[in-house]
Amino acid sequence: MKNPVTELFGKSPIKPLQDHMALVAQCALELPAFLAAAIADDWQAAEAHYDSICNNENKADDIKRELRLRMPKSLFMPVSRTDLLELLTVQDNIANRARDIAGLMLGRRMGVPAPIQEEMRLLVESAVDTTRQALRVINELDELLETGFFGREVDFVEQLIRELDEKERIADAIERSIRRKLFAVEKDYHPIDMMFLYDIIQKVGGLANRARRVGGRLQTLVAR
Amino acid sequence: MTLFTEYGLILIILAGTFGFFMAWGMGANDVSNAMGTSVGSKALTLKQAIVIAMIFEFLGAYLAGGAVTTTIRSGIIDTNALVDTPHYLVYGMLSAMLAAGLWLSIASTLGWPVSTTHTLVGAIVGFATVGISPAVVQWDKLSHIVASWIISPLLAGIIAFALFRSVQYLILNTDDPFARAKRYIPVYMFAVGFLISMVTTVKGLKYVLADAGISFAQATLISVLVGIVTLIVGIYFLSRIQRNPEAEERNRFHSVEKVFAVLMVFTACCMAFAHGSNDVSNAVGPLAAIVAVVKSGAITNTTELPNWVLLLGATGIVVGLATFGFKVMATIGKKITELTPSRGFAAELGAASTVVIASATGIPVSTTHTLVGAVLGVGLARGIAALNLRVIGTILVSWLVTLPAGAGFSILFFFFFKGVFGS
Repeated sequence: MKNPVTELFGKSPIKPLQDHMALVAQCALELPAFLAAAIADDWQAAEAHYDSICNNENKADDIKRELRLRMPKSLFMPVSRTDLLELLTVQDNIANRARDIAGLMLGRRMGVPAPIQEEMRLLVESAVDTTRQALRVINELDELLETGFFGREVDFVEQLIRELDEKERIADAIERSIRRKLFAVEKDYHPIDMMFLYDIIQKVGGLANRARRVGGRLQTLVAR
Repeated sequence: MTLFTEYGLILIILAGTFGFFMAWGMGANDVSNAMGTSVGSKALTLKQAIVIAMIFEFLGAYLAGGAVTTTIRSGIIDTNALVDTPHYLVYGMLSAMLAAGLWLSIASTLGWPVSTTHTLVGAIVGFATVGISPAVVQWDKLSHIVASWIISPLLAGIIAFALFRSVQYLILNTDDPFARAKRYIPVYMFAVGFLISMVTTVKGLKYVLADAGISFAQATLISVLVGIVTLIVGIYFLSRIQRNPEAEERNRFHSVEKVFAVLMVFTACCMAFAHGSNDVSNAVGPLAAIVAVVKSGAITNTTELPNWVLLLGATGIVVGLATFGFKVMATIGKKITELTPSRGFAAELGAASTVVIASATGIPVSTTHTLVGAVLGVGLARGIAALNLRVIGTILVSWLVTLPAGAGFSILFFFFFKGVFGS
């Protein structure tokens, strides 16, 4: 007999959402090593890092697809279904962004001019740091569920989100400063390379920005 | 009546067999719904759940099942109106049992979540209305029963919601949830012991001991004592729970849930007791009616309930558990893994207290539907990750189908018996 008690329980979206974010963060975490390889002009190593990013991005895509399929409208959840699906999309954007950055640099064999190499490392590190913080926030989701999205745990998550915003602001500042430095030296290099480099800088800044939006989404999710 | 002297024994054996099979079916199926939550949340192993179910289903049926049995036997139909035709009551009750058994097996094959309680009540109303006369049905009492089917899931939901909220305030939303859990959980344990004992002493015992003579004050005193004993046993088991820092790395509430798992053993006992007290009566209520008529040869107003009738039902449930319940519970347990003990206990206690109160008042309700209401209550307190609301629709549809189906089959059987044994 179809059992009303067992039928009642749907599968929790929380764990897959966390798994998805872990994979997404893994994609971003690969970027510093990728950048180091690119700067060292070691494109074989860079390609290996790129492959690893694509691999994780694919795995994350699988989770995303499955999660979307099994969240029908009839599911009653402590958080809004729309917010949850939006959060998933925002998370997914991080992985896509990391893949785009590595893909573009690899495709064009883009090096980084010596005067901005150090700053570039800092920018990527800062964007990755922001992503790491976003993962930390998402990892609180199961604790949030345990407390019924209520009380201290919510305050704690708000604190984590404030830290996340702070980290994104740092990345933003580095992005501005790196653009200024590049502007000063851009005429010494090939113009097309410079156009693409500006693009990469903007994309890395965008990575941090997307990580911050994970926090923003989670906030609306908890507030309801 | 000559019918009873001639066929009396056969009729009783027939009714006893049907009653036993109905109880057996409940043990195989329904108990698993009630206990599956404990197995799913890993508060109990399968074996522990079976042992607890056997003991407490039996106790519930035997100690607190009398009131509901009486309702089934003489609360829905005005038996006084049948003084001239007592054999109709016998045919009718036999038909009701057969109809319920038949409909339940059809529904199981089709996969519909129907309730034994609803089927049986539908069947009794069916044979009485069409086979005898609509006037013999006590419509006002029936309307209370039907209303309680809506009220009981609602009430269970409200209690479960309140219980989970209290857990949020007292335990989860604090500096040290683990210490607070150890301090406050015994209070819930006391409530479990008190509740069971109160229902037994105030309402149940009079059906077992003809003259127990316990006053309300005495009952309260006894229940407080039972509650304290429960609390002491609980504190002993709680003292053996240690924090697990490794698992807390992954989830800070891991050890807290372990404390709730101990509580859930107690609420599981309560749940089994509640289920036994209400559902067994459905199986043996018609039997009780038949036995009373056949033995005296007439409709009597006695509230006396032969001990063996409740015992038969209780045994049936235990046998059902031992033969099939094991398997069903394992399947259910595997499917309910998203329920953690801190929620499972709230749902179980909400459902169990509602059902036990219904049993004490003599109202037959559906334990499964009440439990569904309780789980939804916890869900409304934002306690459960995902609930499938389509189930509510399925349950409502199964209500609409079950009452006429039970009634229809019972009418057919009634005329069949009338034809075989004579009017």
